[in-house]
Amino acid sequence: MKSRTIKVDCLARVEGEGALVVKISGNQVTDIKFRIFEPPRFFEAFLRGRRFDEAPDITARICGICPIAYQMSACHAMEDAFGVKVMGPLRALRRLIYCGEWIESHALHVYLLHAPDFLGYEDAIRMAKDHPQEVQRGLRLKKAGNGIVSLLGGREIHPVNVRVGGFYKVPSKRELSTLTEELKWAREAALDTVRWVATFSFPEFERDYEFVALRHPDEYPFNEGRLVSNKGLDISIREYEQYFLEEHVAHSNALHSRLKERDAYFVGPQARYSLNFDKLSPLSQEAARAAGLGKTCRNPFQSIIVRSVELVQVCDEALRLIDQYEMPDGPAVKVEPRTSTGYGCTEAPRGIVYHRYRMDDRGIILDAKIVPPTSQNQKTIEGDLWQFVPANIAMQKDKLQWRCEQAIRNYDPCISCATHFLKLQIETE
Amino acid sequence: MTAAQAGTVVIGVGNEYRRDDGVGIVVARRLRTRLPAGIAIVERSDEGASLLEAWKGSSSAILVDAVASGAAPGAIHRLDALVSPIPTGFFHYSTHAFSVAEAVELARSLNQLPPRLIVYGIEGQDFSSGVGLSAAVEGAVALVVRQVIDELRSMTSADIG
Repeated sequence: MKSRTIKVDCLARVEGEGALVVKISGNQVTDIKFRIFEPPRFFEAFLRGRRFDEAPDITARICGICPIAYQMSACHAMEDAFGVKVMGPLRALRRLIYCGEWIESHALHVYLLHAPDFLGYEDAIRMAKDHPQEVQRGLRLKKAGNGIVSLLGGREIHPVNVRVGGFYKVPSKRELSTLTEELKWAREAALDTVRWVATFSFPEFERDYEFVALRHPDEYPFNEGRLVSNKGLDISIREYEQYFLEEHVAHSNALHSRLKERDAYFVGPQARYSLNFDKLSPLSQEAARAAGLGKTCRNPFQSIIVRSVELVQVCDEALRLIDQYEMPDGPAVKVEPRTSTGYGCTEAPRGIVYHRYRMDDRGIILDAKIVPPTSQNQKTIEGDLWQFVPANIAMQKDKLQWRCEQAIRNYDPCISCATHFLKLQIETE
Repeated sequence: MTAAQAGTVVIGVGNEYRRDDGVGIVVARRLRTRLPAGIAIVERSDEGASLLEAWKGSSSAILVDAVASGAAPGAIHRLDALVSPIPTGFFHYSTHAFSVAEAVELARSLNQLPPRLIVYGIEGQDFSSGVGLSAAVEGAVALVVRQVIDELRSMTSADIG
């Protein structure tokens, strides 16, 4: 029987290093392995013996794309441990800096990493020659997000102003208002983005996923809420490890996450959207409906539309937060360490990132656990390919390979969070 | 300060928690104490698209990054981005979703390259998680610092170093 193998040793336009092997025998898919090479255990080990207040800045270095997500989960875990609650304007500023990171990350992925798949370009460089205006719009949107992170974070990359209990320094209302004009442009550009990506064509593909995201009674989720799913999960963040399991699989050095009672689950924009449609702003809901999305989206190829709707949402939210901001009395809440364990889970652009730390009475970290979004989606990505490849087995090999890569990019996998770098070459046996 | 100096930027790229990948950052930090205030020094550890902003408005830019091209560890490559494209994959290890080479080529597509862009690549050996450079790469740092200073001197006719 004739057999063939699609092997992608590196995945272009995927953050970090990963590889994909698809084995086909006759008309049967015999094996699919989406592989991640090395887990982020270095950082967990590196944190041991460090002071609790170093965790936000150290974990921010895990990922160049989503440092705020790591800082936020670390801060919330420490505040959980020491019984501190950050409220009012400080809480609002945290939401605002998260808006900035989402804008940066989503603009990068939608315009430079994912759109070329739909428009038939090998990469954004080639796409830019034919679509310079769209690429410029994406870059300017990304910069608008960066403007928020720079102003609040104190530094563009790896912000240094975030701390357990709040910030080192907070902006005046006037300083914050300098962002308004560009964010109003960004909100319009985000609406244009939704309209643009809605014109792409999408493969017919749906699965009955278990979506997992945070859900908050009043807000589209960033920092707080309960962990919920469309299949009955409804737990506090502290209960995460009672319901989720990380396990080693033979073909990947990274840990695969799964729900103990069921199996694979799906985190990220599509999960957030499908579980929190009612918490989107009216403008975002309207943009989603106009783009043809329902309240739930089960086609992962349409994640590019969902990501664009979230761009509208966070631009809208950022403007609201800036408008309502009043400078707080102090930049941070006082934090007193004690012997304890703390849990934090926030919504990174790619989905939930979970942190757990155990500290001694001086606040020295005894052990740490960090679960990034991509290791949680890894099993779902493989599941998509198990359904997608057999359904498209007649496709020419290079086209099928491209579609497989696109299917992986649907998840905006940040493999460097789960591991590090990437090599790309293609072989056929 | 001359106009050329005001428009000159040195960009160190890399991740200092990935050993030799951090060499661009190390070079940038060593240059900080050696260069006049008019020359901007920036560090970049995120994805490459932000480089378009880093060199925006400059008349001359020098970018320093780790490289994995198969040469001996510590080998120093010098590329003039205005003369020829940066080989794809050359800077694969240093940034992630969007590499230095891709940023240069995207800028070329969009006519956003600075009038002068010199790229220094230092061949890395160990890109695993951790801190500190391997010996061969550490050995190249002083040489690159010297070369960048010479390069800046010829660009700006300033009294440097």
